[in-house]
Amino acid sequence: MTDKIAVTLRVNARDYRIEVEPRRTLADAIRTDCGLTGTHLGCEHGVCGACTVIVDGHAVRSCLMFAVQAEGSHIRTVEGLADGERLSPVQQAFHDHHALQCGFCTPGFLMLATAILEDNPRIGADDLRHALASNLCRCTGYHNIVIAVQAAAEKMR
Amino acid sequence: MKPAPFAYHAPRSLADAVRLLTELGDDAKVLAGGQSLVAAMNFRLARPAALVDINRIASLDFVNSEGGTLRIGALARHARFERPLVEGVLGGLLPYVARHIAHLPIRSRGTFAGSLAHADPASEWCLVARTLDAEIVLTGPKAERRVPAADYFQGVFTTALRSDEIVSEIRIPLPGAGWHGGFAEFSRRAGDFALAMCLALIRIEGGRIAEAKIGIGGGADRPLRIAAAERALVGQAPDAAAFAAAADIAAREIDPMSDIHADADYRRDLVGAMTRRALAHALRA
Amino acid sequence: MTWVGRSLKRFEDAPLLTGRARFMADAAIGARAVRFVRSPIAAGRIARIDIPDGVSAVTGADLIGVKPFRPRLNRSDFTPIEQPILPTDRVRFVGEPVVAVIAETPEAAEDAVDSVAVRFEPTPAVTDFVSALKADAPRVHDHAPANTVVDAKIRPPAVEAAFATAAHTVAIAIRSGRQSAFPLETRGARADYDPATGRTTLTVSTQMPHIVRTGLADVLGMREDDLRVVAPAVGGGFGQKMCPTPEYVVLIWLARRLKGSFAWIEDRHENLMASFHSRDQAHTVKGAFAADGKLLAIDVDLLCNIGAYSCFPVTHGVEPLMAMAEFPGPYDFPAYAARARAITTNTCPMAPYRGVSRPAITLAMERLMDTAAAKLGLDPVAIRRRNLVATFPYTSATGIKYDAGAYREALEIAAEKVDLPGFRARQMAARAEGRYLGIGFATFNERTGYGTPAFAPRMMDVTLGYETVEVAMDPSGFVEARIGASPHGQGLATTLAQIIADELGVAPDTIRVIHGDTDRTPYGWGTFASRGIVIVGGACKIAAAKLAVRLRAVAATLLQTEAGKVELADGRAALAGGPASIPIAELARAAYHQAHQFKDQPDIGLSARATYDPDGTYSNACHVAIVEVDVETGGVRLERFLAVEDAGRLVNPTIVDGQVRGGIVQGIANALFEEILYDQAGNILTTSLMDYAVPTAAEIPPIEIHHLETITDASITGAKGVGEGGAIGAPAAVINAVADAVESLGVAVYEMPIAPQRLRALIRAATGKKR
Repeated sequence: MTDKIAVTLRVNARDYRIEVEPRRTLADAIRTDCGLTGTHLGCEHGVCGACTVIVDGHAVRSCLMFAVQAEGSHIRTVEGLADGERLSPVQQAFHDHHALQCGFCTPGFLMLATAILEDNPRIGADDLRHALASNLCRCTGYHNIVIAVQAAAEKMR
Repeated sequence: MKPAPFAYHAPRSLADAVRLLTELGDDAKVLAGGQSLVAAMNFRLARPAALVDINRIASLDFVNSEGGTLRIGALARHARFERPLVEGVLGGLLPYVARHIAHLPIRSRGTFAGSLAHADPASEWCLVARTLDAEIVLTGPKAERRVPAADYFQGVFTTALRSDEIVSEIRIPLPGAGWHGGFAEFSRRAGDFALAMCLALIRIEGGRIAEAKIGIGGGADRPLRIAAAERALVGQAPDAAAFAAAADIAAREIDPMSDIHADADYRRDLVGAMTRRALAHALRA
Repeated sequence: MTWVGRSLKRFEDAPLLTGRARFMADAAIGARAVRFVRSPIAAGRIARIDIPDGVSAVTGADLIGVKPFRPRLNRSDFTPIEQPILPTDRVRFVGEPVVAVIAETPEAAEDAVDSVAVRFEPTPAVTDFVSALKADAPRVHDHAPANTVVDAKIRPPAVEAAFATAAHTVAIAIRSGRQSAFPLETRGARADYDPATGRTTLTVSTQMPHIVRTGLADVLGMREDDLRVVAPAVGGGFGQKMCPTPEYVVLIWLARRLKGSFAWIEDRHENLMASFHSRDQAHTVKGAFAADGKLLAIDVDLLCNIGAYSCFPVTHGVEPLMAMAEFPGPYDFPAYAARARAITTNTCPMAPYRGVSRPAITLAMERLMDTAAAKLGLDPVAIRRRNLVATFPYTSATGIKYDAGAYREALEIAAEKVDLPGFRARQMAARAEGRYLGIGFATFNERTGYGTPAFAPRMMDVTLGYETVEVAMDPSGFVEARIGASPHGQGLATTLAQIIADELGVAPDTIRVIHGDTDRTPYGWGTFASRGIVIVGGACKIAAAKLAVRLRAVAATLLQTEAGKVELADGRAALAGGPASIPIAELARAAYHQAHQFKDQPDIGLSARATYDPDGTYSNACHVAIVEVDVETGGVRLERFLAVEDAGRLVNPTIVDGQVRGGIVQGIANALFEEILYDQAGNILTTSLMDYAVPTAAEIPPIEIHHLETITDASITGAKGVGEGGAIGAPAAVINAVADAVESLGVAVYEMPIAPQRLRALIRAATGKKR
């Protein structure tokens, strides 16, 4: 045990004042201390991408950052994507194109795709497939994820 | 897979960071992008007693080129290199190399300097630094040291960096006119560490290769230049035969590592293939 | 127009898309954290356990009265093996749990694990077939000589005669590497003791809540009704989440002993090291062929490395016995001999994983076909055309009945779509440029949706198979379907609603499928073995049809007609051919609240229950892969993948496509990427995702699917199972394609995964080209 540090995490435009050990990862803090359990942990070593969130506009692995590092940053998680009950274009496209089965990887893919398309909705097909290779999905075989993100891109242009 | 406890420090200046490292001793580690370190800590393969987080030291966040040198600050993240930063051969080559580094979310956090501090033999930036004869600026409690890449890399995860120093900057001399560069890497999946890769630069003058730099990463315990292959290329026409001969030399010269994905024989094969392909790429690019 | 057959968007999606779904780790928050000290050695004795003061821990010595897992088949060729919950004397694989520690946070629990000192005395380990089968090999279990725990044989005399007279004999040896099912969500559970009732609830990421409850209650010596098992949202399973395991036993024991809440969430390191593995098999196959390529007989020796322990309820017999029974596959041949052995080793135990042995036997059969074709100068389509079963029903060489399928049609359509002659021309042209393209076919069938009639011959202590469903309409007219099975991503809440909706004449979105709670659902088995849509769907159809009878009776009373004249459609009960109709919701209200009007009904209210327990129905498919091999690196690029498949009636085509593609990609992973590796001492070498290479979107091509729909009465809905087929056919198609690509170099490929290092080594050896 080490002493806890007071940290304010700004997640989905809301401040969460939490006290965490320095070793608490951003992922665990979002899940346990902020109670936002939509962000998932699939490997805790930065490969699977289930924990992907957007920090200051960039998709990052929240398992490879400590919560104390995120003080002052703007964090976005899957809980912040929809506008009330209205799904974001990426969420809607995942639903429309059956881009999820068990849904465990889905929040990470949604955040990854959102970051990619917000940066460049005109991203080319090859670049998109390569960028989506950042995260792992075990159910879909990726086919419908790629199609869904392409469909969302058209809406976001 | 939760890290062992550690004390956390977030200095605001390089001097403070170095002072902290000096005070904390060998058990402290610098936290920059953290994309290798935090993973190792989650596995508890790394258990630093303290972390000195340099992410809040604004003065380290720069990339610029002046006087023929590309200067890369300690907080320059991989993603920054995905778009052209300089004119000349590196203008297209660095983005091409950068896109081979892990995945997009890793590239938005991980840093060039952090890769050099970590010194994974399969790191693309370590290969770039070695091949292009970079100078690594190490800032310690007393003075700044500038270590040539040739001396900096000493083995797997082993460098000239001392525990009270920070890789504060990397200086890469920009190749002048006439240089062509190519890169080839083989990995099992997109974003995986290279099982072998080659960065090749050749300067062509009057239809002949006048100078060559052949760097190999992922093959041996550190990034290497293959001097014999470089010598063999000089004076040759830049054609398939010359490239194949250089590739054979590189494959012969390397002292390959062995692991579950690539035994020594396989790595040797890959070094040869990547060398030939990097040279061919250089000619096309 | 029916709801079945439409690509309805899934009802499951909304919570999963918004982060509101509750997965296992979400449910664990707030409970005390449990972690396990695991064996760092493959074999040895526990000499001493030191637990520091202040650390709460449980060892095997504490678990008095808790029985080991001991799954059984009641047959003479089966040797049962026991798995202690926490061993007190011997450990048998790296990763075996030895001590449980308890702390307030997951981080502190890992600190506690680090603080426990266990002294082990290593003994020699066996990890592979060769070392395990030696007469003087160390025994993983003392009572199992040569570490052989299943040794099953079929040897009819006709086989020898067929080989003696055959024009050609082809012999090959196949190796299938060890794979992890790798659900993206690891395993985990939470146990809560309720002091008010004295009951314990186990929330667990599982595919089989009822049988998990039975298995856990048995070893703990509990009344089953004292244990409630709940499955939250399950993040994939593919077989790995079928079986109860020691960790869950310890959680329940702790909750009951300390009257509190305890949770264990497996991390990925543990998952790759100590969750169930699969697929580690070696086959020696001999085929006797007539001069025209007709297959006359097969003689196989099937070795399955089953790891250190068995898995409840299916046992360690599941892989060898499945391999032996299903080996003949889609081919018509009369004589079949087999020996199938389960070999226990000091490695992680095996459990069924999507496909269960059939990816390996399909690889074996399909490599045999291509090898024979090459020897006989036939093309891969011709030899398959000559041998595929064409008339149905058909009884296989192992006595299993195949209902009708489209075996030859699938092959012909696939061959036409990939334009085999056109490909051969392209292949030749590429080869002239030093590029190596290859094409691979895999035709296979898959027994799906089978109930107790199919499981009974295995002589299991626990004979799996049927599914029971309760369909009930509440007074507001909404429907609940309570199913004993428990999906883990397949979309059953949508597809079952489609089936029920057609029977009841209501919209699917008025139907809620209840699953994953032993308090709320009838006893049932789960989602595995490509059975959900066939068996649960069939039970839903029967139960809903019964409920429809009740609805018609109520409507007949209210409409003053005969039940036989009432039609249920579009949410209304209508008199056939007339204008009179009444909303079904009003029928529901009346059935409950005007019960006195329906005295002729057997009971009050609107519910029906049905069980479906079919023999099984065979799906079939032809997969084709086109690859390019980089002969310098051994790298394989998939250029194209096509599946022509027949899974009977498509209840929801989009969901079926998702199942097919997902399975195919796991099969591609099996063929090219994923392998769990051990060293000779039994240390596992692949416990991170850097080393265990799950493919990404960049390695996978778009996958084309063409459907055939052979409807047979083997399935009451007409649907055949589709969950596993992708994973069964894809490995063989890919390996055949790789083999085809490098055949001209004199390279023979009979193993999977064919990682680039291995393929390059074969190429190097064949071409003699050393650098």
